[in-house]
Amino acid sequence: MTPEEQKAFEDKLYAYVGVKVCSRKPAKDAVNETMIRHWTEVMGDNNPAYTDMEWAASSRRGRTIAPPAMMYVWNQEGYSVASSGRASDPQTDMVEFFNEHGFTGVLGTNVKQEYSREASPGDTVYVEMVIDSISERKATARGTGYFFETLATFSDQNNETLGTQRFRVLKFIPQEQPAAAADTNELQVPTRIPSPRGHDNGWWWNAVDEGKVLIQRCKSCQTLRHPPRPMCGECQSMEWDSIESTLDGEVMSYTSLRHPKIPGYPSDPICAVIKLAEGTNIVSNVVGCEFADVHIGMKLKGKVEQVDEKTMLPQFYPA
Amino acid sequence: MSDYKTLSVADVSVGDKLPELDIDITSGLIVGGALATRDFEPVHHDKSVAQAAGLPDIFMNILTSQGLMSRFVTDWSGPEAIVKSLDVKLGAPNLPGMVMTVAGEVTACDAEAGVVDIAVTGENNIWGMHMQGSVQIVLPVEG
Repeated sequence: MTPEEQKAFEDKLYAYVGVKVCSRKPAKDAVNETMIRHWTEVMGDNNPAYTDMEWAASSRRGRTIAPPAMMYVWNQEGYSVASSGRASDPQTDMVEFFNEHGFTGVLGTNVKQEYSREASPGDTVYVEMVIDSISERKATARGTGYFFETLATFSDQNNETLGTQRFRVLKFIPQEQPAAAADTNELQVPTRIPSPRGHDNGWWWNAVDEGKVLIQRCKSCQTLRHPPRPMCGECQSMEWDSIESTLDGEVMSYTSLRHPKIPGYPSDPICAVIKLAEGTNIVSNVVGCEFADVHIGMKLKGKVEQVDEKTMLPQFYPA
Repeated sequence: MSDYKTLSVADVSVGDKLPELDIDITSGLIVGGALATRDFEPVHHDKSVAQAAGLPDIFMNILTSQGLMSRFVTDWSGPEAIVKSLDVKLGAPNLPGMVMTVAGEVTACDAEAGVVDIAVTGENNIWGMHMQGSVQIVLPVEG
């Protein structure tokens, strides 16, 4: 998209902010015991407030209620969504407008329901919905896109508000899907992100695959350097060879990555800057002890290990 | 029927952990949850449509995740608790064959108003965090 095209796109897109997706309309079915029981069975929810009339009669409420989390259920379109697709409304029009411009990816990111009143069998749930906001263009891990948020307001037959739902959705230009994902029936445990192996550092990772950690050495002045790079910082020579590290090391600094959790990686990994006996530093993981046991100056001994199905990495243990 | 106990706000303190709940994610739960919430989006019951969307199998719909989060909290609080809000951040999809572990911790507790906030996470054993959020309930103030 050129800047002009983007502006034209956004002018049309932002016109959807404030547009009503639907005016206040009643659910096809009143709140009823059958649908509540169906829901509680699947959820494994034995809360007697939903299904036990005898208990409910003597409870503070004096009656059974619908599970609040069912608030959105009552007004669902139903089977037509599968058989003939969603009926057109301003939200589906907006989604189609996104799709036409390449923003075909869709991801629900947040949903917040707030409840002001409990509904009981016999009540009728009404819903009205508006496109409440659309973000500016964002670069996300999934691809470039826009977040939009719908606001649904629920009320009963007496026009008393039952609650609201805010639903945030990312519409994005999808990045290439890994081809393997769709044509296997096996759930794949993700492996770590593959090391980027370029012209200047591929040799280093190839050595790791063979169980060795090498340190680059300038052929001209013998200065060691890490991570790998083409030129010596001391004498600017581009001639180099390497030595193998003994992996005796010492913690210079460390932290634990607690958030976000990344699929394929252990929880709360300890990441450290480690000074090797040869004199260069390496960033790696400290394993085999608790975070609380790590301290600056701690002596470590590393070894190259297979950490998942596809990945060899140096890992450092307390010496 | 006197088996059903409801916590009083006096029983609750910030930092209290809720009993963890392991949920087997099966095709039955995913399809059953989708239909119980009247969600007929094909990605929740038709594997070929889910695969065309880039996933290996059908996946749990949001309304089921919300339902499980609500159940997890009221299992602990008891039936007189009034659920005031469910705020869910959605993460990795739940697919058949996974196990989701739901955990929670009390993050705020207003002893006068009975308002209790619980941080809840639902993490599956294959792809990690499925849902993360907070649930607010009101508990009886006296016993």
